[in-house]
Amino acid sequence: MRNFRRLLASTMLLSVIAAGAHAKTLVYCSEGSPEGFDPALYTSGTTFDAASKTVYNRLVEFKIGTTETQPGLAESFEVSEDGKEYTFKLRPGVKFHSTDFFTPSRDLNADDVIFSFERQLDAENPFNQYVEGASWEYFNGMSMPDLIESIEKVDDMTVKFKLTRAEAPFVANLAMDFASIVSKEYADKLAEAGNESDLNQKPIGTGPFQFVAYQPDAVIRYKANPDYWNGKEKIDDLVFAITTDASVRQQKLMAGECHVIPYPNPADVASLKEDESITVMEQEGLNVGYLAYNTKVAPFDDAKVRKALNMAINKEAILDAVFQGAAQIAKNPIPPTMWSYNESVEDDAYDPEAAKKALEEAGVSDLSMKVWAMPVQRPYNPNARRMAELIQEDFSKVGVDVEIVSYEWGEYLEKSKAEDRDGAVLLGWTGDNGDPDNFLAVLLGCDAVGGSNRAQWCNDEFNALITKAKVGTQEERAKLYEEAQVVFKREAPWATIAHSVVYMPMSDKVSGYKMDPLGGHWFTGVDISE
Amino acid sequence: MLRFILHKIGLLIPTFIGVSIIAFAFIRLLPGDPITLLAGERGVSAERYAELQSAFGFDQPLVIQYIHYLGDILQGDFGTSFVTKRPVLDEFLTLFPATLELSICAILLATLIGIPAGVMAAVKRGSFFDQSIMGVALIGYSMPIFWWGLLLIILFSGVLQWTPVSGRISLLFYFPQVTGFMLIDSLLSGQPGAFRSAVSHLILPTIVLATIPLAVIARQTRSAMLEVLSEDYVRTARSKGLAPRRVIGLHALRNALIPVVTTIGLQVGVLLAGAILTETIFSWPGIGKWMVDSVFKRDYAVVQGGLLLIAGMIMLVNLAVDLIYGLINPRIRR
Repeated sequence: MRNFRRLLASTMLLSVIAAGAHAKTLVYCSEGSPEGFDPALYTSGTTFDAASKTVYNRLVEFKIGTTETQPGLAESFEVSEDGKEYTFKLRPGVKFHSTDFFTPSRDLNADDVIFSFERQLDAENPFNQYVEGASWEYFNGMSMPDLIESIEKVDDMTVKFKLTRAEAPFVANLAMDFASIVSKEYADKLAEAGNESDLNQKPIGTGPFQFVAYQPDAVIRYKANPDYWNGKEKIDDLVFAITTDASVRQQKLMAGECHVIPYPNPADVASLKEDESITVMEQEGLNVGYLAYNTKVAPFDDAKVRKALNMAINKEAILDAVFQGAAQIAKNPIPPTMWSYNESVEDDAYDPEAAKKALEEAGVSDLSMKVWAMPVQRPYNPNARRMAELIQEDFSKVGVDVEIVSYEWGEYLEKSKAEDRDGAVLLGWTGDNGDPDNFLAVLLGCDAVGGSNRAQWCNDEFNALITKAKVGTQEERAKLYEEAQVVFKREAPWATIAHSVVYMPMSDKVSGYKMDPLGGHWFTGVDISE
Repeated sequence: MLRFILHKIGLLIPTFIGVSIIAFAFIRLLPGDPITLLAGERGVSAERYAELQSAFGFDQPLVIQYIHYLGDILQGDFGTSFVTKRPVLDEFLTLFPATLELSICAILLATLIGIPAGVMAAVKRGSFFDQSIMGVALIGYSMPIFWWGLLLIILFSGVLQWTPVSGRISLLFYFPQVTGFMLIDSLLSGQPGAFRSAVSHLILPTIVLATIPLAVIARQTRSAMLEVLSEDYVRTARSKGLAPRRVIGLHALRNALIPVVTTIGLQVGVLLAGAILTETIFSWPGIGKWMVDSVFKRDYAVVQGGLLLIAGMIMLVNLAVDLIYGLINPRIRR
């Protein structure tokens, strides 16, 4: 008992001392719990915020606030003449985190890089199935297994990726969360002790923050990495206070219980802006919400009909009613924050009279069609039902009768892929890597018909442009994508509806926060005043 | 008494198997499967889909899947979450203490206020006091929990700033989990102010979660008391000249408590349902939120494992209620 009292007294003393020191702590009220801390295993942004953007680095990094890439753990890289070989020179002297559960004995080297990818690529790798049901979804989703022929260690600090085909977006893929570099030394140590799953529970990386503790559904604690290769962060401690309800997050921000909150209710943004102690940042999201016609079914196989219908949609009204103003009208299939966005493309102006006439000219009368409304809220479409109703009303003004249909989300995604689908479908997309290929090829390429190309649209001219754009410098590629957007607008496989705006409310004590067009939340370079 | 206990336990086994079948079937009856949902807008190719199906054993006939599942459960293996890749039992055990702590506080509050309020309402039947208690109970019973919780947060945390908005303890305090019960852990940590912070975080969620059970218990106590008060033996006790306090406390209340104890036991199920919403509003890291998320993601293993574990808890509580019942009323033991 006496010992216990002594322990009690000493811990009290310690905490008093700790409270006395001025550690800068930033509290971020995150919207959910991470699924785990190995970003390659998962696909959700919540997990990426908590794992890859704090604890880890990648060979190539996005310049925060843009969709451009910059050197990360690789100082530089070279591309071979044929575009099939990428050789990365690693940054010397990069330290993995030293924590109470792991002390690294060496700096980052080629083995770590190769291990980080091999475990996803090779079913025989001991860490391929280190947690039950590991399926490396993003790595597979970005077609990396088909793309990577081999990964070779040239020397301790040089790694060469050989690809099966030339593919310029590959570099942007390496900046994605699944490509985070983990420590092979740590993995080996865990395997030896039979604690493999700790790789997913107690992460060790090279990133700006090191992991301290996680209480599920409650709080994640990090501290600044004192040996960070890019210099120690300005804040000392970073805390994610998990707060799933948007109204509660807002109350916590106003009560000073957190400093930064994501995803406020759009309806509350106005009142947050009025609060003098709160700054609300905003940016267009890297997303697009659209209505995809089935271009394989008459009369929607006729571009004139699709164009006419596009003119009948009052997008301004949709912006007000569905997005409460928190969006901008989409004219291109890619968002304006993305490089190669074609500013000069002209949107189909809202003109019901002209639409009616154009339909008549195309020989269409008494048209009735289905419009599919998603059953869930997505950033690119907060209320698909309401949107469908507005479109129904708009179309009825030009003599087109609309029936609204909906299915459970999983079924909706599955059924809308069918090439003989009856009706136009409301859907959207949020970009993965900031590369235009990730929108244009995935959503509108010929290969994606019957899959993620919901318009079932295969246009030779468009497809040739986006295929050609897979190689070359960014400048060359941008030209081709700009042309492709012109073809898209002329052929109108979709009615492009909106790019939503993302809001980030934060305390006015916070400085240096940059909004990420890719939708992530970064605390690199952020400071907080007392 | 032993035979009574064994008989009650024997009844648990078929119930448990029944629940396991329902839990297994329920989540599979919902349209949509986890693989499609996980892939989202991106989608998966047909080959990849088949690969994943077989990796998770979803391609086998349901009966075979169920038999495997039951076999695993008998060995204490509740499966692995499809989403987080962590064992279901681990996740449950990490989160359950938070729900339990909140539920115990709520049921205590509901009982400690509900029974006296019900008794007083019954004794002063028809009075202004009676009518206002029952009116408030009716409002409490009909209140949508989500709205009620937000209302309290806006008033007490936002305007008055008396209580924290959400969470289990202030983020200033950081100590390892020992029991999982924040009230106990905060005391064990020895950090000054930790216990106070834990209590202040408990106040609003406890009130919100206790609201419905409190209303039910108060109403049930009142009607049970009214029934008992009109019994012959109460009249006899009164006419013998016993003090009213003794008549009500000793003779009437003891008998009126039997249906009330049953009601309290039944409230455990209600509490867990209420915990889902309460936990969501107050960012309380318990199993309620966990279950809801898993249903949306069609995380089969978590939904069926979670349902089974929760059902198991409720069955145990009901068993306990039956036993207490037996203690209060010896006639039931036979």
